[in-house]
This record gives sequence, structure tokens and C-alpha cells, in this order.
Amino acid sequence: MQLRSVASLLDCEVICCHEMLDLQVFSCFAADLMSDVLAFSLPNALLITGLTSVQAVHTADVADCKGILFVCDKRPSPEALELARNREIPLLATRHTTFECCGILFQRGLTAATKAAAEAPCSAK
Amino acid sequence: MVAEVLYREQFTIRGNDFEHGGEVATQVKSILKQLGLDPAVIRRLSIANFEAEMNVIMYADEARLELEVLPDAVRVVVADRGQGIPDIEWAMQEGHSTATAEMRARGFGAGLGLPNIRRNSDEFEISSTVGVGTTLRYLVRTDAAPAG
Repeated sequence: MQLRSVASLLDCEVICCHEMLDLQVFSCFAADLMSDVLAFSLPNALLITGLTSVQAVHTADVADCKGILFVCDKRPSPEALELARNREIPLLATRHTTFECCGILFQRGLTAATKAAAEAPCSAK
Repeated sequence: MVAEVLYREQFTIRGNDFEHGGEVATQVKSILKQLGLDPAVIRRLSIANFEAEMNVIMYADEARLELEVLPDAVRVVVADRGQGIPDIEWAMQEGHSTATAEMRARGFGAGLGLPNIRRNSDEFEISSTVGVGTTLRYLVRTDAAPAG
């Protein structure tokens, strides 16, 4: 699914990197604990989080996430936004909660960006 | 025999500097990309470096991160000056942490950092002296990239 479809489905504001909305995402990782993202996520995920600090963007960068979706109408700090622009990490924001975002995206065929989900014989489509 | 070093650089990490937490890992990632390393190797190193950097920011006064790119591996040493770790075996277990509420509010301090550095490394060593500091040495091989 293209990031622009994610944005449309979840009624997102695209905060930065509008030119990268053609990027395809196939899996997501949702966490407010960046330690979990660093320990358990696979690359190329869409990071779904309520953490808006600069560390959320650094985490997305080092973990090779395709973008960040901020939930509950949260917006990144100015420092986080500047870093995301520099590192070319698209930022989206939605009023939906984490649970709602995950449910909607899972229903549309996106999977968990985890080793277990990647190794599962069949995933929800 | 001493391994040939293709690239070497040092970085300083300051304790409690949450505002800049992650900048060293990001800088190192850019260097490794410019050197043309495999993306899977870069990801493992970047995660290890970020975890090590945040550990310094949360628990130490200051540290030096030394990066050495060798013909078949990347070697990193993070030597800090700080409180040290009284029980390394305890600290190396997932979920064991002395993090404060503030550290957890910033998305860290779940007790996953040290085990995650080890998981993302092909070689890992830790030594610590209470009241002096902690040194991490880890290496990721670049000739083959096993899963992290």
C-alpha cells in the first residue's frame, strides 16, 4: 500500500516529505517504547507511535522505517520535524488511536513488521 | 596481527543530553552508507550504536564512541565515564533496568538496550567498574551478514 493510501484511509495530515507518498509499505510496527522498535521490528515498516520526540525519528532512521504515523492528533516537536526532513522520513498524523490505526491497516492487508509475522505460513489479507 | 583499518573516527556523547540523543548513531549511519556497506550490516550497527548512545545519555557522564571499519568487519568501542554497572549479568537480561520515569517517557529504559546490542553484534564484550565507568566493545562482520 502506498503511503498516500495510508494517509487517505486514516484521514492524515501529511507533515513532511509529501514528495515521498508513493513509497510502498507492507508492514507496520506500533509502539511508544522505542526500545521495542529497536529490538523487535523488521526493516521497511511504517512506525505507528504516540511518541513525538526527536528520538522517535532517530529510531525510525536507524531501524530503516519507511515513515512515521503519529496517532491521537499528536504532532512532532520542531526538532523531530527538522530531523525527519533532513533524513527524508515522511511524517503523517491522524486523530485515530493506535488501536484504530492498526485495525484499519491490518484489515487492508498490512502485516506486523516482526520476524514471527514474516515467518507465518499465511497472514491476514 | 593487527587488522588494517580502512576508516576510523571518534565521537563524543554527553550524559543527560536527551536533546541530541541519536545524533551520533545517525552520523555513523551516514558514514557507513557512504562507505557502501550492506544495508543489513548498517541496520545492525545503527541499532547497536543508538542503544549504546542512549545508555550513555541515560546513565553516564560522558563517553567516547570509536568507530573502526576493517576489511571484513566494523568494530565499535563505547567507553564511558560514569556510575558503572554493579551486576553485569543482571543488566544483560531483558527487562532488567534501573531507568527513571523520565527515561521511559522518552521511549527508552525498558531493559532491552544491552541485550539488543549483543543481539545485533557478531562479537560483544562488556566491562564495568562501579564509580568509574563502562566499556562496550562490539563488532559486526561485513563479509557475511547473519540475521540480527
